[in-house]
Amino acid sequence: MSEHLIKMPDVGEGIAEAELVEWHVKVGDLVREDALLAAVMTDKATVEIPSPVDGEVLWLGADIGDVVAIGSPLIRLKTGDEEGAASGRDADRAPEPPARPKDIEAQADGAVKTSDAVVEKQAKEAPQPRPVEAPQSPPARMHRPSARRMEGDKPVASPAVRLRAREAGIDLRQVPGSGPAGRITHEDLDAFLAHGPQAAGAAGLAQDTSVQAIKVIGLRRRIAEKMALAKSRIPHITYVEEVDVTALEDLRASLNASKRAERPKLTILPFLMRAMVKAIAEQPNLNAIYDDEAGIVHQHGGVHIGIATQTGSGLMVPVVRHAEARDLWDCATELNRLAEAAKAGLATRDELSGSTITITSLGAMGGIVTTPVINHPEVAIVGVNKIMVRPVWDGSTFIPRKMMNLSSSFDHRIVDGWDAALFVQRIKTLLETPAMIFVEA
Amino acid sequence: MKDISCKLLVIGAGPGGYVCAIRAGQLGVDTVIVEERKPGGTCLNVGCIPSKALIHAAEEYDRIVHLASGANPLGIRTTQPEIDLPQTIAWKDTIVGRLNSGVSGLLKKSKVKMVQGRARFRDGKTVEVETETGRQIIRAENVVIATGSAPVELPGLPFGGPVISSTEALSLTSVPERLVVVGGGYIGLELGTAFAKMGAKVTVVEAQTRILPQYDADLTRPVSKRLQALGIEVMTRAKAKGLGKGGSALLVETESGSEVSLPADRILVTVGRRPVTQGWGREELVLDMDGPFIRIDERCRTSMRGLYAIGDVTGEPMLAHRAMAQGEMVAEIVAGHQRVWDKRAIPAVCFTDPEIVAVGMTPDDAQRIGSEVRIGQFPFAANGRAMTKLGEEGFVRVVARADNHLVLGIQAVGQGVSELSAAFGLAVEMGARLEDIAGTIHAHPTQGEAFQESALKSLGRELHI
Repeated sequence: MSEHLIKMPDVGEGIAEAELVEWHVKVGDLVREDALLAAVMTDKATVEIPSPVDGEVLWLGADIGDVVAIGSPLIRLKTGDEEGAASGRDADRAPEPPARPKDIEAQADGAVKTSDAVVEKQAKEAPQPRPVEAPQSPPARMHRPSARRMEGDKPVASPAVRLRAREAGIDLRQVPGSGPAGRITHEDLDAFLAHGPQAAGAAGLAQDTSVQAIKVIGLRRRIAEKMALAKSRIPHITYVEEVDVTALEDLRASLNASKRAERPKLTILPFLMRAMVKAIAEQPNLNAIYDDEAGIVHQHGGVHIGIATQTGSGLMVPVVRHAEARDLWDCATELNRLAEAAKAGLATRDELSGSTITITSLGAMGGIVTTPVINHPEVAIVGVNKIMVRPVWDGSTFIPRKMMNLSSSFDHRIVDGWDAALFVQRIKTLLETPAMIFVEA
Repeated sequence: MKDISCKLLVIGAGPGGYVCAIRAGQLGVDTVIVEERKPGGTCLNVGCIPSKALIHAAEEYDRIVHLASGANPLGIRTTQPEIDLPQTIAWKDTIVGRLNSGVSGLLKKSKVKMVQGRARFRDGKTVEVETETGRQIIRAENVVIATGSAPVELPGLPFGGPVISSTEALSLTSVPERLVVVGGGYIGLELGTAFAKMGAKVTVVEAQTRILPQYDADLTRPVSKRLQALGIEVMTRAKAKGLGKGGSALLVETESGSEVSLPADRILVTVGRRPVTQGWGREELVLDMDGPFIRIDERCRTSMRGLYAIGDVTGEPMLAHRAMAQGEMVAEIVAGHQRVWDKRAIPAVCFTDPEIVAVGMTPDDAQRIGSEVRIGQFPFAANGRAMTKLGEEGFVRVVARADNHLVLGIQAVGQGVSELSAAFGLAVEMGARLEDIAGTIHAHPTQGEAFQESALKSLGRELHI
């Protein structure tokens, strides 16, 4: 009998820590070699940790949502044979780089010792399974009226409650009673005073004051951090302009109607991407990464367009790299591929990083205006709103036109309002006369 | 005499009037109260209090008579007692006197101005009082009519001579040898029983089919039994026709229609009380009436603005504690508070032997309104404390809704059950369920345990029977 310690693996790319997002096992479970033990998440990717040995889980070193340093003890397994123990020790030693700093080692040893103590204690109490976590008691609910009064019944209430109601100008016949036999309590009166008759219980309706604590972990936490960072660091300027996309939509429809079978169906985004490439050629400062701590703007030659994508687990931004080197169809193909990958959770780290400017589109839901949050540390984001047929005055009459708003945000530290407007106006011109996207002036 | 102006004028210092004035005074309302006689009204002077004093004296006397009459289970031996009724009456008067001055003191403490004399309305806001020192005009923003009630006189049997009302009965200086009580309600039975215990030969003449007709037969049976044991003859369906020859007999038409002459030294007429709606200038006002009573709404307001009426003058039940609660409420309304009559129950007590207490609905009441009820009745014969008091007669009965066990009413008959009215009233007023009473520890050994047991019994969980 011996133990096997599994540490947080190095998931690469100079990452110092990873967040534990899922446990596949619990203390007391028997695991087979290669069975999945846990999932950890780094900046971009989720990594599953398999078990290197057969054994029984003795100790888990982190809770879901904990950020664990690479090399910290994560799981202790009890293995059944000497061989396993030996290999366990090997495994223990193996990943340690020879130049591992002393203090970290000491720390790790300390952690191991501590867990030894835990193991010992658990061993003594071995026959007893880990107590099953008590099922969470249902959230305490506002007491509900039990027996409803019959029509015409006098409300049942103590004289003190009646007096309070009288002084508050409340007709007790309107107040549901939660007490035995529908008795109206002081609490019922409080509830009625606070929420009025409807909240206090029109037939069939009841207040739900339950609060569920949901740990913000994984992707959601990263989105939260990122949004907070972007909004706190970047003074946004948002500029909204409407674009007449009638001609563009006609073109798109024609292309989709006449395209070769293997080609993807075009949405408006590939046109926008190509228009952005053109506009960026004239205003390269908008295709940039601003390292505000260093005080340096990294203006990129390549246009790597992040596409904000809603996935089952939250917002992800896969990146169409080198849009400047892709034609319309290529942009569309890559866009589709990335969107699928992101939604399926198959997008790689590379595919989810490195953008220099971002498009955000809510698609058919698009709305009239959005105030997009810049994908930090970029300096610009272009938001696409919904295409609507609106009446447009052509000088003599109203004509129906397909109109679309662009809601775009810029880092005002780097981009002046003038430049922002210029950029959007350029895109507008290109989209309104789509031939200009493809023809060199 | 200088006119008085005030915010509140109360006419009549009975239990309703004086409570109203005290409460108003406490609330800083400038209040005047007018009373022709002594403060305390019927209740304190010629009603509840003196009758209870007399009943108590009679009870004590009867007990000793009983103990002296021979073998008794308690092993007490004594000789036949005597009663000095004038002494008894004097004792009663001292109690009444103490309470009179008590009420005066309370009124004074609450800064209520007392005016003695007979009040008479000039108009809805002005009252003149004939005082010893002359006519006093009082103008008031609000006036409370609390003139009370008086014993009803029978047409063929006017008060005077041997024909007395309860008032005179409470000041007799000798025990009448033969007393005929006309009217088998609670007043007649209370006083009739007291005099019977003091040695009078008592006959009760009741026009209805049984005594205490407002209560069901279960409740009155122990009383009937006791009346019989005391040698009181009860004639039901009998009508008093008038005085016999010489004034020493009462002519009664019996159930069969024949007329008999009941020899009587005193004829006590207790056939009810009538509201005092005359003699105070009601004709100067335009008051809606409700039969013989002044019509009031749920705030004791009459049909005239600023004019309230409380107590017996407003109708049944003519009980002091109802008047007090009304008086308190009106005082608070006049002081600007939001109040309305929302009482659930007015307990009623008969100080007969044994006593009867009734709060809320009886089974008959419930049946009348078509309510499905659950009833629990527990006899004092199974109550230890009752046994030790030689008071095994009677029971406690609880009436509750069948669906949610809300207690609708509680009645009891038995020795000393009047004191249970507090618990009964509280239970009904608080909206108790049978389970609440069953789940409350009732001290042992007390008669109150029968209350808990009655609730348990209604739930099928009785323990001591």
